[in-house]
Amino acid sequence: RTVEPLEYYRRFLKENCRPDGRELGEFRTTTVNIGKCLCSITTADGSALVKLGNTTVICGVKAELAAPAVDSANKGYIVPNVELPSLCAERFRSGPPGEEAQAASQFIADVIENSQMIVKEDLCIANGKLAWVLYCDIICLDYDGNLLDASVFALLAALKNVQLPLVTINEETGLSEVNLKQKNPLIIRKHPVATSFAIFDDTLLIVDPTAEEEDLATGTVTIVTDEEGRLCSVHKPGGSPLTGAKLQDCITRAITRHKEIKKLIDKVIKSITPK
Amino acid sequence: PGETSVLAGLYGPAEAKVSKELPDRAALEVLLRPKVGLPGVLERSREQLLRQTCEAVVLGVLHPRTAISLVLQVLSDAGSLLSCCLNAACMALLDAGLPLTALFCGVTCALQPDGTILLDPTARQEQEARAILTFAIASSERKVLMATTKGSCSVEEMQQCLATAQRAATTIFQFYRDSVRRRYSK
Repeated sequence: RTVEPLEYYRRFLKENCRPDGRELGEFRTTTVNIGKCLCSITTADGSALVKLGNTTVICGVKAELAAPAVDSANKGYIVPNVELPSLCAERFRSGPPGEEAQAASQFIADVIENSQMIVKEDLCIANGKLAWVLYCDIICLDYDGNLLDASVFALLAALKNVQLPLVTINEETGLSEVNLKQKNPLIIRKHPVATSFAIFDDTLLIVDPTAEEEDLATGTVTIVTDEEGRLCSVHKPGGSPLTGAKLQDCITRAITRHKEIKKLIDKVIKSITPK
Repeated sequence: PGETSVLAGLYGPAEAKVSKELPDRAALEVLLRPKVGLPGVLERSREQLLRQTCEAVVLGVLHPRTAISLVLQVLSDAGSLLSCCLNAACMALLDAGLPLTALFCGVTCALQPDGTILLDPTARQEQEARAILTFAIASSERKVLMATTKGSCSVEEMQQCLATAQRAATTIFQFYRDSVRRRYSK
């Protein structure tokens, strides 16, 4: 396995299964922990911990107040930041964010923008004066492949958990008053879910690759769908060429996966909502 | 296409730094410099897209332990920037004479709010569009080498854009042939 990893994998793929016993189209066990009691971050306004097999990603959302930009006076900001600290895998060194972390941050920002998950106008409190800024920090604690799927899922779960305090602007003084007692949940319009595939030898497609499989793969595809079956993002950064039919195949599987994840999220949210 | 222009410079295969060299293939590096400002997260993600697209076509195994550097400078941006970069990158690879398995070209499709598909949108059309899809199409069998979408669209719309992009790819490859012929016919 260490000397000829590709041959080792090929032998398994010929039998249509993988070394960890999964089928080509099977996902690893997904678990998610949301909220202050189950999840670790107590200082964040919303948090979630997602485990996709061994890949562990934690997301913390902090809400702060800021003045909106001059050209978009009624829009707030969402700032996602993906970090791959050196503790999650030996290939990542400490220091400025590497290319993978930056590309992942950009991907998450694109998904939020494309899917219109959070409409920036909802984050505005007073036109031109005050708006919310949501800092979403996504940190990978254990990297075993399929970072993008886990990050998108963690972000979605954390955002569903965020409670924003009511902010009013005192007309006379012009200052803002934060009412910590009254909290409203964030309005999330769409629920995007990412599904990643790895391409082997230009033909075989496997779902939810582990870190080993990602290294051996000749390409990757990530498809983000929302609940209406619309494509929010198709991310295929190079790698072996795919025909249109294969891409369609991936999309169909992504739509099925979306339904599973949606059920999981709804179940977890219901179990932590206080009656 | 139009007023968007990107300058591509390719250096390699050259000696690679020991920390960056790969034992069995050439190490590809892409640097994208925007017209104004320092390269940010957007440039990094674009660099990653370009790098993996080029890695798929360049026969790196013929030049192990070397480095191939591709530097792209954006001269002007009037829409369809990513596909312009892709085309520039491919032509630079051709010009340098690096061994490639296939050529690729970048095509951008914009989906307008009323459903019509527009190829190679200008900056204004990009802003008005509901979704923008960029594909890198390989010359062999018109397969999809790279795909990125901005904005949401339905599955059928994506397939339609893909088909349109594949047809447009033929025109672009013809342009490649003409340019190369012009360059080497003197």
